[in-house]
Amino acid sequence: MSLAVHQLRATYAFVERNANIVRRYWSWEMVWMIYSIADSLSVSFIGMGFEQMGGGSSEVDGRYLVLYFVIGTLVWRYLSTIFYWITDVIGIERWEGTIEYTLMAPVSRLTHMAGQTFFAVIYSLLFTAVVLLANVVVFDIDMQQANLLGGTLVLLAGSFSFIGVGIMASILPLLFPERGSQMTHVLIALLLLVSGVYYPVSVLPSPLKEMATFSPATYVLGGTRQALLEGVSTIELWIYIWPVLIMGVILIPVGLWIFRQAELYAKRTGKLHRNG
Amino acid sequence: MSNAVVVNEVLKKFGKPTDQTWRRLLPYKPNTNGSKSQDNGRKPIVLAVNRVSFDMLEGEIFGVLGPNGGGKSTLIRLISTLLLPDAGTITVFDRDVVRQPRQVQWMINRVSVEASFFKKLSPMENLLYGARLYGMAGGDIRSKVIEILTRLGLDKRAILNPMEEMSRGMQQKVAVARALLSRPRLLLLDEPTTGLDPRSKREVQAVVRELREEHGVTILLTTHDMTEAETLCDRIAIMDQGSIVAMNTPEKLCTMVPSPNGHKPTLEDVFLELTGKSLVADEEKEVA
Repeated sequence: MSLAVHQLRATYAFVERNANIVRRYWSWEMVWMIYSIADSLSVSFIGMGFEQMGGGSSEVDGRYLVLYFVIGTLVWRYLSTIFYWITDVIGIERWEGTIEYTLMAPVSRLTHMAGQTFFAVIYSLLFTAVVLLANVVVFDIDMQQANLLGGTLVLLAGSFSFIGVGIMASILPLLFPERGSQMTHVLIALLLLVSGVYYPVSVLPSPLKEMATFSPATYVLGGTRQALLEGVSTIELWIYIWPVLIMGVILIPVGLWIFRQAELYAKRTGKLHRNG
Repeated sequence: MSNAVVVNEVLKKFGKPTDQTWRRLLPYKPNTNGSKSQDNGRKPIVLAVNRVSFDMLEGEIFGVLGPNGGGKSTLIRLISTLLLPDAGTITVFDRDVVRQPRQVQWMINRVSVEASFFKKLSPMENLLYGARLYGMAGGDIRSKVIEILTRLGLDKRAILNPMEEMSRGMQQKVAVARALLSRPRLLLLDEPTTGLDPRSKREVQAVVRELREEHGVTILLTTHDMTEAETLCDRIAIMDQGSIVAMNTPEKLCTMVPSPNGHKPTLEDVFLELTGKSLVADEEKEVA
């Protein structure tokens, strides 16, 4: 059997395992789905609320605001779901106690992450699609002028950079068995703060605005909003795509290298064995 | 017969030697959450494996006896590439576990005292995952899983139910099956029969014998069960506080101590004489 066939089968092992976990924990998936839909709808209703509070003033376009919030919640749901699935590459195995069996298998970390990432992207796309469907039904969204292809391209390009961020964050459960998984929430909360999910980055104070420049989510949100709200052409979206592609090209290998160092550290200090 | 495993002067310690100055400056000591910690909040240095050397021949069943915290599990983790030694070398079929871990991983598998699985998944789903990591194809795995698990006495219906619905003994059998699926040349068994009922214990022991006799698998077995060690192992090393205090065939080990009450000494007598401890009385103190 060639090395490539083995690595492909190993990649599929992670995809199949995660699919089985999702299937077996279907009731939790339903709870999470209902929460996500309710979260997205309640934020998006703020747009309609603004219009009403403005007393029908022509300065407040409720429809525009609803779509602005819908895009924010959907993009954020998609990116954060990818992030959590990837950071869970160690967390879930610590929880189940299987980490030693996975890490002693003859599988490269690249293959390991590829399997986890492939599943994360597919799962996140499907999950976000269901939340989008709920929004379309409730808000009667008109997307006739939207550049759907461009928006999707920005979203997929942004996935790569978030994969890199996720790989870096996944070392936290490796290094800190008891609290590592919770630490990843801090990172995602900071990204939520600075990336302009529910407001334009321009309203942020200067230091946070600087931080927004380094968040891949800033570009993904900016690009998808331009595509879906303004109908900007795909070529014009390039200014949002290239920064996230460059971030992905840098963050993924750097993330893998950092993960490798963390794994060696855990093997030196005996942290693999301890369960959180 | 060639060497399957060569362990040479291996040292592994845990804990941190350096004092934390900032902790000493504090007017109070932060909660260190554990009696093992020193005043400075760091765990004391524990020599889990202390300059251990031995070799195993291909096809041999090599036993390691020792009290809890004696270093047996650490030794197995070192061989299985899950820990890096602080000093010394370990080779498995001439491959170094530190410099050539991937090549070593292809040749080994392990059964630990805790049957570690995704609890909501079924044995079939867990074993599919485990075997795919070793490059096996799905169709082969499914038929092999049924064959091995029924050989180990597992009901066919149980193979598709979640692991959490199974007894510990049944889970341990699935753990043995997981290790066998990848056809390892070296099998590391870390107390594989602990907690099993007598019948299950015999079934697992029969599989261990069969693996060696029919497939020539080399086996490293740690156990608390003296009878198991005596009947299964070609040679036995007795470990205490991270060091090997004696190593020989079961028969020769029994000649190392004087006869108590005129009876032929048992392995337990030998162990008590050499370590001054009972095998299972000490509280669990494994450090890694």
